[in-house]
Amino acid sequence: MKITGAEALIKALEMEKVDVMFGYPGGCILPAYDPLLQSPIRHILVRHEQGAGHMAEGYAHVTGRPGVAMVTSGPAATNLVTPLCDAYMDSIPMVAITGQVPTTAIGSDAFQECDTVGITRSITKHNELIMSPADIPMAVRQAFHIATTGRPGPVLLDLPKDVLQNAMTWHWPTDDEVLASLPGYKPNTKGHPRMVKEAAKLMLAAERPVLYLGGGVLKARAAEQVKQIAELLNVPVVTTLMARGAFPDSHPLNLGMPGMHGTAAAVTALQKSDLLIALGARFDDRVTGKVATFAPEAKIIHVDIDPAEQGKVRKPDVPIVGDCREVTRELVRALRELLDGGEKQADVGPWRSRVSGWREQFPLTYEQSEPGEALKPQYCLEVLRDNAPRDTILVSGVGQHQMWASQYWNFEKPYTWVNSGGLGTMGFSVPAAIGAKVGCPDKTVWAIDGDGCFQMTAQELITATLSNVPIKVGIINNSYLGMVRQWQEMFYGERYSEVDLGGGVPDFVKWAESMGCVGIRVDSPEEVEPAIEKANSINERSVVVDFRVAEGEKVFPMVPAGASNDDILLPPSQTARREFLR
Amino acid sequence: MSKPRHHILSVLVQNRAGVLARVAGLFARRGYNIFSLAVAPTEDPELSRITIVVDVEETPLEQIVKQLFKLIEVVRISELDPTRSVERELLIATVRAGAEVRGQLVELANIFDAKVVAVGADALTLSLEGSPDKLDDFEELLRGYGIVELQRTGRIALPKLDRDARARVVKGKAS
Repeated sequence: MKITGAEALIKALEMEKVDVMFGYPGGCILPAYDPLLQSPIRHILVRHEQGAGHMAEGYAHVTGRPGVAMVTSGPAATNLVTPLCDAYMDSIPMVAITGQVPTTAIGSDAFQECDTVGITRSITKHNELIMSPADIPMAVRQAFHIATTGRPGPVLLDLPKDVLQNAMTWHWPTDDEVLASLPGYKPNTKGHPRMVKEAAKLMLAAERPVLYLGGGVLKARAAEQVKQIAELLNVPVVTTLMARGAFPDSHPLNLGMPGMHGTAAAVTALQKSDLLIALGARFDDRVTGKVATFAPEAKIIHVDIDPAEQGKVRKPDVPIVGDCREVTRELVRALRELLDGGEKQADVGPWRSRVSGWREQFPLTYEQSEPGEALKPQYCLEVLRDNAPRDTILVSGVGQHQMWASQYWNFEKPYTWVNSGGLGTMGFSVPAAIGAKVGCPDKTVWAIDGDGCFQMTAQELITATLSNVPIKVGIINNSYLGMVRQWQEMFYGERYSEVDLGGGVPDFVKWAESMGCVGIRVDSPEEVEPAIEKANSINERSVVVDFRVAEGEKVFPMVPAGASNDDILLPPSQTARREFLR
Repeated sequence: MSKPRHHILSVLVQNRAGVLARVAGLFARRGYNIFSLAVAPTEDPELSRITIVVDVEETPLEQIVKQLFKLIEVVRISELDPTRSVERELLIATVRAGAEVRGQLVELANIFDAKVVAVGADALTLSLEGSPDKLDDFEELLRGYGIVELQRTGRIALPKLDRDARARVVKGKAS
């Protein structure tokens, strides 16, 4: 039976068990929107294509399933560039479908034409211009296979209008046909047994080991095995920005986040360690600080599914290419074998007590505001944390509020934290929160946003209202581009250049109300808890809480860009105790 | 750290549109100039071999090779050791050849085993196939006569046949 390319596309998406897609129709993708009317796939109509991309990311973050975004050609495709790059940097499985001008018009500067595969080549795991409707089912199967296996990432399919309109004979490729069509794609998931054994030996011999968890632990759904290793060895754990939630914050071994705004204990533990067990982490510059002085005495075990991460920043002593879950399972087995065989683990007691000392001496802290003084942003996050319903998903934008959110929240479960780590995309929060809520409709989703971030994508609150996806947004509103302001204060001699966002404009309460949401304004500490309680009690509509916070608050601790982790700047109240960080 | 030198990468790829752009893009975004490039289908029409000569230090090259592996359409990559490979290149050149030097040029072509492929009133077009070094020498000698136009193909290469001398083949595939 003959069907059109567009019908084949929608059917293929159904075959891939897509239940929802985020999109925006337009000229060249029009043919695909017609069969969508008969499809069980839910379509969320966004207000800007960037929103569709971030929603697909948020959905993928919390469900582990690939997010799907469908938009038209030209400006719609270019609007999708930011989320594609974001998903690429943070290894988010995503399938993007873009319309393209008819094959006969490609290259003619036709209306709404752009070289989508050229533009997105370096920010997708793979992309493909489909030149024949007969190729659509295979292309869709390949896209989902590539997006979700190995190191996950975004895949884009570019579909010319005539390819969608012309007829084809339906054939759904088998698994074998898909694999045979990708002779160069064979992700290595199983770690090398000899390397695993060597790693286990190093882990037992180390006196100052640290488990350095990255986002790969979550991608591989390896949190359970990682916990087994931590408890088997009884060693400290740090969770990077992308790994928050991979190990419970309440666990006594968890030192929290390392890096530029990490806890002093996490940063220092890495620096003084003699063995870093890096699991699905990529030695990002925000974690290592100055690479030459990063963890100078540490040997490195590096487990990552992407061979290109091995030795990219720091040469590992034991590289293990493989899926974190499979490798950690093997590691647990190897450790048990060695221990059962009579091997003894080095005494890590002194190290643990040294690390605990740092944690006690240098907790996250801020100066509470005096009565009459402006509200402190950290306080808002603490109250929000303490009043959040169980399993609340926290989504953030990028900047000071993101760091405070990561610092002050208690992440107890995987997949409860969604943020833009690698690309640092302002405006990520509101659409990603909508995507997360679509993926987990039974959970409360709080977006923590800055006033700068919020103004980039907040029109998607209309999408939330009209698609009945109620989220909650807390704007940490200091009327400034806070993180840039902090850098100008600290590194540019308090010369504030273009960071003042203007105070009272816009009125976020009216903004929220105009988009069908409830708006609440909070000015003082005593208003914080009632506002959050009210927000938590409203479940049929989205709520925006505008926290008017102190403008000059800075994020601490801080390792200045390019500085060594040894030169971590502590909050003012702790600088006198600096010598304890030895 | 090692000095930049010529590295020859032999990259086996799926014979599809856009693959060359992906491969070239990995060098371009890091600011490395590709010295020469030759692409053609192999004995299997589904596959093409790209022979890339690039000047780059060992450390970034290792990272580029790993990134190349990550391209879905890249099937295999070998770095060829120039001392253990056979390399060939083709040169064609149009050279000024007035009556007084034409004899000399034909003689030079004979010495190098080059061919005269076109003859004009005051110019000759010569072609020469051989190792890149031989082509370099020939080109230098032609320069004295006045080169009107010259084109080289960039090298193609395969490992020499004896097994021990086979180039290092980087195993494993990226995700």
